[in-house]
Amino acid sequence: MLLDMILNKYPAQEDSLIEILLEFQDAKSSHFISEAEVKQIASYLQISEAKVCSVISFYTFFRTEQKGQHIIQVCRGVPCHVTADINIVKIIEKELGIKVDETTENKKFTLEYTSCLGLCDKAPVMRIDDKIYTNLTENKIKAILAEYRVYN
Amino acid sequence: MKEMKVISKRFDKVNPLSIQDYINTNGYTFLKKAIKMERISIIEEVEASYLRGRGGAGFPTHIKMMGLAKETSMPKYIICNADEGEPGNFKDRAILEKDPYAVIEGMTIVAYATGATKGYVYIRGEYLEALKIMKHCIQEATENNLLGNNILGEKFNFTLEVRSGAGSYVCGEEFALIESIEGKPGRTRIKPPFPTQKGVFNQPTMISNVETFANIPFIIEIGGKEYHKIGTPSSTGTKLLSLSGNIKNPGVYEVPFGVTIRAVIEELGGGTLNNRKIKMIQLGGSCGPIIPEYMLDMIIDYERFEEFESKTGSGAIIVMDDRSDIFDILMNTVLFFEHESCGKCVPCREGHVQLLKIIDKFVKRTASSKDLDSLESLARVMHQTSLCGLGQSSPTSIISTIRFFRDEYLDRIDHPASN
Ligand SMILES: Cc1cc2nc3c(=O)[nH]c(=O)nc-3n(C[C@H](O)[C@H](O)[C@H](O)COP(=O)(O)O)c2cc1C
Ligand code: SF4
Ligand code: FES
Repeated sequence: MLLDMILNKYPAQEDSLIEILLEFQDAKSSHFISEAEVKQIASYLQISEAKVCSVISFYTFFRTEQKGQHIIQVCRGVPCHVTADINIVKIIEKELGIKVDETTENKKFTLEYTSCLGLCDKAPVMRIDDKIYTNLTENKIKAILAEYRVYN
Repeated sequence: MKEMKVISKRFDKVNPLSIQDYINTNGYTFLKKAIKMERISIIEEVEASYLRGRGGAGFPTHIKMMGLAKETSMPKYIICNADEGEPGNFKDRAILEKDPYAVIEGMTIVAYATGATKGYVYIRGEYLEALKIMKHCIQEATENNLLGNNILGEKFNFTLEVRSGAGSYVCGEEFALIESIEGKPGRTRIKPPFPTQKGVFNQPTMISNVETFANIPFIIEIGGKEYHKIGTPSSTGTKLLSLSGNIKNPGVYEVPFGVTIRAVIEELGGGTLNNRKIKMIQLGGSCGPIIPEYMLDMIIDYERFEEFESKTGSGAIIVMDDRSDIFDILMNTVLFFEHESCGKCVPCREGHVQLLKIIDKFVKRTASSKDLDSLESLARVMHQTSLCGLGQSSPTSIISTIRFFRDEYLDRIDHPASN
């Protein structure tokens, strides 16, 4: 199983926890960590489940429920905010028919905000999964979304 | 004005992944030099250079090095803070992606000088490329006997490991970062003891910024005295600046300390887009002050920045032209900190919620002069009583705009929304 495989790569010490969670969540196709998996990780590291849960809830990267197949994150750092002549979130909301923090009915997209992605010199910026899109314009956003809707 | 490329000299000139490229461009020459020096003289060179930390606060680096060197409890650790979560900062990403071996060499020299045997590079989880590059480079360095056991044939062991953040801004704070490396939620600890006394796994630890470490090989190259001649007496050397916002040529630029903000914006950044008027700039990122156009002749220097009582020294300059609205920016900034607060102390946890309520009144033009007083005193209390730098510096944008843009606050009070 995937989790067993990943666990075996790490020493059974508490300081492996975040690395394990990151690698596992990334590798798992539904990109979230279930209760059963929390149990298994806790028992491998010999720490309490509460400890694992406190880490999962502290760090924004970790998810405990299934999100859309693609996660769209729009940067709302000040540099992106002041360079955007368009309201990026509004455009995406309109295109997909969802609001921020919602998932489309077909479970294809989840829309979220993110803090600065460190690409402020190419603002405005958004991220879809691991891919970054810079210097956004209204047409560019629509074209990118169209590509995901048709091909991915 | 031209850039002074010392830390950025290899940017876009070498293949950052190639250790051979690095070595061919003088890389590792200064580790080789340092390893033949007395450990204490390395620290003295850094002292003579008066290098100050590039993570924001500008603390003298040699004091931390000496602090670590004099500890006897083994093992001792070194951490490179590559969390760079402050909105508007991207200079550490540039170093990590374009000259990663310089950071590794700098850390190795510091490890040698202080007796540390293990190091971590803590990179924010959003920096996927930098994470990949750093892991690769550490492996290459290890295979070339530049990390690991008996480095360069000397009795000197030092290993490096990359750790990834997981989307928490407060983990850039040194003790929050240490907790995170230990696999815990990133909540700060009460100081003292300081990290050099009891840091990661309760062992002596020195934690410094990416750019700080990248300066070390250069100090060994030219010597502390020569280094001290660059910049200003209180702020020596060069600074990488992250220039963003309403500007023609945003990007990372390296300048000696002492140049004016205006020169950077106009001569390196090419001025604003469409030559619009600058309304304000934010210095350092979201935790920094918002200052008006007429202050752009201020020089870049830690001493000047200290006036704002905030961690302004990371080198972000966010330019905002005359279309920007102060209250819109404040709302954005405070929302960010409210979201990132770790919740450990009351002034920060509760303070942000209250700040948002009052700022919203200014946005909606329903604020009274009493609200302005409350805003100001709340911001002061948070600044003075919060447990860590997040709550202490988050109100800086408010305190600075009340000082420099008071008219705009009063205008909103005097001209309420009509309904
Ligand atoms: C909320 C918060 C976030 C911080 N984020 C960073 C960061 O991303 N990178 C950094 O180098 N320092 C950051 N710092 C400063 C560190 O606590 C620490 O002072 C710094 O890493 C020391 O390195 P230096 O002496 O080389 O500047 C942050 C501080 C606070 C309070
Ligand atoms: S100031 Fe904020 S982030 Fe820092 S310890 Fe207090 S609650 Fe946590
Ligand atoms: S503010 Fe959007 S990438 Fe920095």
